Formats: sequence, C-alpha cells, structure tokens
Amino acid sequence: MSGADNVVWLGTPAFPEAARAALADTRLRANLRRATGTIRDRRLAVAAELEDWEELRETAATIKRRTLRHLDHHLLRLEKAVTAAGGVVHWASDAVDANRIVTALVKATGGGDIENHEVVKVKSMATQEIGLNEALADAGIRAYETDLAELIVQLGGDRPSHILVPAIHRGRSEIREIFRREMGEWGRPAPEDLTDDPRDLAEAARLHLREKFLRAKVAVSGANFAAADTGTVAVVESEGNGRMCLTLPETLITVMGIEKVLPSFADLDVFLQLLPRSSTGERMNPYTSLWTGVTEGDGPRNFHLVLLDNGRTATLADEVGRQALACIRCSACLNVCPVYERTGGHAYGSVYPGPIGAVLTPQLVGVENAASLPFASTLCGACYDACPVKINIPEVLVHLRAEAVEAKRRDRLLPTSEGLAMKAAGAVLGSPRRLAAVQRLAAVGARLVARDGRIGALPGPFARWSGTRDTPVPTRESLRAWWRRTRPPRSEDSSTTAQGEERR
Amino acid sequence: MNGREIVLSAIRGALSGVPGSERPDDPPHSHGRRADHAGPDVVGLFAERAAEYRATVVRVPAADAAAAVGRALARTGARSLVVPPGLPADLVPEGPWSLLTDVPPLTVGQLDAADAVVTTVATAIAVTGTVALDHGPGQGRRVLTLLPDQHICVVRADQIAPDVPEALRLLDPYRPLTLISGPSATSDIELDRVEGVHGPRTLDIVVVGEA
Repeated sequence: MSGADNVVWLGTPAFPEAARAALADTRLRANLRRATGTIRDRRLAVAAELEDWEELRETAATIKRRTLRHLDHHLLRLEKAVTAAGGVVHWASDAVDANRIVTALVKATGGGDIENHEVVKVKSMATQEIGLNEALADAGIRAYETDLAELIVQLGGDRPSHILVPAIHRGRSEIREIFRREMGEWGRPAPEDLTDDPRDLAEAARLHLREKFLRAKVAVSGANFAAADTGTVAVVESEGNGRMCLTLPETLITVMGIEKVLPSFADLDVFLQLLPRSSTGERMNPYTSLWTGVTEGDGPRNFHLVLLDNGRTATLADEVGRQALACIRCSACLNVCPVYERTGGHAYGSVYPGPIGAVLTPQLVGVENAASLPFASTLCGACYDACPVKINIPEVLVHLRAEAVEAKRRDRLLPTSEGLAMKAAGAVLGSPRRLAAVQRLAAVGARLVARDGRIGALPGPFARWSGTRDTPVPTRESLRAWWRRTRPPRSEDSSTTAQGEERR
Repeated sequence: MNGREIVLSAIRGALSGVPGSERPDDPPHSHGRRADHAGPDVVGLFAERAAEYRATVVRVPAADAAAAVGRALARTGARSLVVPPGLPADLVPEGPWSLLTDVPPLTVGQLDAADAVVTTVATAIAVTGTVALDHGPGQGRRVLTLLPDQHICVVRADQIAPDVPEALRLLDPYRPLTLISGPSATSDIELDRVEGVHGPRTLDIVVVGEA
C-alpha cells in the first residue's frame, strides 16, 4: 500500500500483512476481546432502554443523509452564524491547508515565550487524520494530548488502536512504564512511587496535565457536531480535559470535518441520545460542552473554526460511498466486528480503524491507496446492525471492492487475478457438468493437501488465497452427486432441463 | 481560488446529482419527544440515574437546602467554597470554610486551590441523570465548576426535564452550555472506571422541594 499525502500513517504494511502480526499477539487479542465484549454488552443494555431506539436511528440517518445532500447550504449557514457570534471561520481543502491555517493561528497568538509555542489538545480524529501534531512540531510548536488514552499513546510514541479507547492495546503495567519513562521529558515527571493501579495512573496524568492546562494560551479541539442555525459547536467527553481545553485558553481552534454540520440546534437531541449509548454504553457521557462563538468574560476570547474537506468532497461525490460521511465516530461498529476484535486497530494502518475505517479511509485517500481495506471484512453485517446512523457498511464495502479491482485493472492494463478467477468461476458455475467435474477434482485434490480437515498454504497462484484463510476441505461427494445417487430421476424432466442449461 | 471557494465548488460538483428542485429541509421531520422514557416519577428517576453516575444525591425540603450543602462540604472536609455571582444567599451554608466570590474574577490559581463550588443549574434531565448549566446567575463562569475538586449542584425539583429533547428546548444555544453527568471519569486503562481525571472528582446534587 503506498502512502497518501492527505492522511497520516497509511504506508504501514497492507492489512493482510499487518493483521498476521496482530493475530499472533495473544495478549492483544485477550485485551481486545475483553474490551469489545464489555462495551458491546453495555451498549445493548442501554439501547434497549429506549423503546424508540430504531426510530431514533432512522431519524438520525435521515437528518445526516439529507444534510449531506445540501452540504454547501448548511455550511454557509454555519459560517454566518459562527461569524455573527464572534468566531472566525476558515476553509481547508486538504491536510496541508488545514495544518498551515492552524500553525499560522497558533503563531499569531504571539508573545515570544514558551506559552506561545505549545498548545493543549482534546482528542480529535480530524486532527489525527491530517497529522496536525507532526505539522506543529515541524513549526516548533509542541502539541499536548490531554485525553488520558491519547496521552498514553503520545508518550509511548505509539498509534491509537481504537476510536473511543485509543490505548486499549496497552496493559496497566505498560502504561506505568511509559509514564515513568516519558512524563519527565514532556513536563511534570511521574511520582517516584507510581503503581500500576488505574487510580494512581489517572492521578499522575491529572498532575502532569494540570500545569499545562493552567498555563495554556491556545487549545485545539475537534467537534462532534455543529448546528448551522445557531453556530453552536458540541464536544462530548468524559474526563474534563475537553472542558479544560475549551474553557481555559485565550484562543480556541476547532478543526471540524465538513460532514459534522447539523441543520439545527434542535437536531442535537437525536444525536445526544444516540451517541453516548452507542459509544460507551452510557446513557450520557459525563461532560458535553456546547458553545456559540465567544462569550464575554467566560472562556476563550478568540474562537476559530476550521472546516476541513481533505477527501470528504470526493467521498460525497460517490452516491453509494457518501453515506460513510454520516459517521458520528461512536465506534460501535468496531466493537461488534469479528475482524477488528482479532486484529485490533493498528492493522488498518489508518486513523479510522474497524469497519468504518475500511469504508471511510479508502474513500478519503483514494481506493488505490488503501486497496486492501475494503477486503478487511467478513461482510457479516454486524456493523450495519450496530450503527446508530444506519450506515450500510457491507454495501459500501462491496462497492469499494469493485472499485479496488477496477483501479488495479486500470493500473496494470491487464486482467487481474480476481478477474481471471471470476471468469473461470463463471465458466464452471454456468455449466452443471463442468461444476460436477471440478467438484470431483477438488474433493480429491483437497484431500491430498488437507491437514486436520483444513487446507493450509497452497503453492503457486493459490498462495494468496490460502495464505490468509483456513479453507475447509470440500465434502467427498457433492450435493448434486448425492442427489443423483439417492434419488434416481423419476421422469425425463430433470435431464431435459439439465441438457437445456448445458446448451445455453 | 481561496480555500472557501475550492471546498464549496467541490461540494457543489459532488452534489450535481441532487435535483435542483429538492429543498434542504425536504422531507420535513418532526423533532421532539418520540417516546416517554421517563415515566411518571421524573424527580425520583433523576435522583436514581444521577446516583448511578456516582454522584451523591440528596432530596431535601427548600428550607434545608443550605444545610444539605453544608453536609456535602463537611463530608469531603472542604475548607474553601467558591460562590458564583447571583447564587441565592439562602443556599450558602455557615461553617468552617472560607467563601470565595468571583467578583472581581478569581485567578485560575485561586480556583485551582479552592476545594469546592456550589451552583444552581439551568435545567436537569431525568432519563440520563444529567445537570445542565448555562453559566447564568448562580452558576458562574465555566471555569468555576471545572477547577475545584467538588461541585455541589442545587437543583429545584421543578427544573428537572424528563428527557434530552425537553431539556434542549429549555436551553439557550447562545449561552455557553455544560451538561454534566456524574463526576469526571475515565475508563481508558483496561476499561476500569476511575473518577476524577481532570474535572471535579466529587459531584453532589441537592434536589430541593417536591415534584
């Protein structure tokens, strides 16, 4: 997989390679199984409390799809409302643009000493997507992640593994080591007697970050929602680090994907019911902050809203794939996905892992730059059932698989191996006689290479298929052969039909 | 072209398949309550759900409000109490704590050193056990309820909305708004819930009066 310059971090091995390593990590798999299982159960319990859950999902899906169909209209309303409330709106067509805008804004806060070369950040997928921290570092500005899990990831020089709980792949003793080793490099060191009790670790993070919050002049946030009619922006969180970032600094810069806009403040009621329940399995997250521009005497004096495209308009242009932009980043699809549960987030090589990552990332970066991701799925459909905004992820996956094959064909100007295989399969499946012959051959051949009822690695052209899955051995006798043997034809009808098919 | 024009024209290009006759609010959809999630005992449900979020909830008659605030302070051993402008005087308890008023505004250092803050609320939500602040009189600037380690919220029973839609209708979107459900919490380390990462570690809710 080659890298794409609008999204950080694609360029690690393609999914099948990366997944192989993850699958071999038994502790990772145990952590993931426990985490996803726990959140999954909680989500089901709190969703079941609302008897109109399905109606809420339907309403949310309608609002999102409708908003996307008139996105320019709603963004212009949002711009007007935010400006009227004392904010400044910026438009960024890609990552480079957005990073340039944010860097310039941070630098413009001026002054000259340390405060002006650092920002505090509340966890934001959009800024991870554009590699903002790296871009700020290049400009000599240190960005501090303040969400506990993001802090663990940042101090560990690591990548997030989950949308909601980015450090889910780390155990408590690892976290203790990271804190002891790295905190001193970034600010207040970890206490000498730090244990691996989560309570102790959280306290160390509190002390480490508190001094940063109290002196910060600039904060960067994402946005969960923005209401076009009032210009109100919403951030949901649990720890209070969001409130710190949104309240204490003089300047607040919010980077928001253009798809996050909602037509009205009243629409929030639907999403504030769906998001926490789908995400953490809570009735409500501990803190939701809503603000409209700037307020005299309370909170930041300057508010900048950066509206980010970065591949979203290309996604919008695809009438099937567009629905992925309805995503509210709840992570419910990750927690129900049998593939994610076994590989974890890193294997996806993207800021957006799991089923939503498999449909969103290839669209944001161009399917040719993430060609393995649409195949990182069993198409079981659990993600579609879980999605609070009813994104038909399997439908988009299949659509993108076709695009990936098409891109490969264009690229090589030759039939792809998939194309050849499908052509051969078409010829075989089109003729009962050929099918029967192939089935007989396969049953014999498979038995020769199988071990314990499974077919492992095969040589030659079959290697890429067999290398990524365990294939069960075909039965000795096909259904058709069994049928013929046990139920001899009663009349001429069946053989006539078969011959008719054969001739066609 | 500047960024704005580039993005807008890309959006319009992407949406060329949307018929020009389609209006942004077609088809209309209704807002508001779709089903009753709260039941008849709104106040009781609020108290129960807020307590499930590990807030300490007490229900008292109006005359006992200040005393209930005092008991919450005594429980944590708070020595200083921040009192926002506009807080009704009959909610401020007598006791061995110093009172800090935010006029003129306290510094972040002073607030960080303060032990507790007492506020009223704009509304509350029964189904989710949430209190909502619009930072008007009696609630103070946002930072007042953020830095001290104990937040005591006085909620009148008649302020409690059954559910999220009703509460949002009561709130003014042009004010800064903070919805609070329990104390600050994280589950980032092996999904073990820990209270009090950055926000107040202790949330006390005093529900005043009858429903």
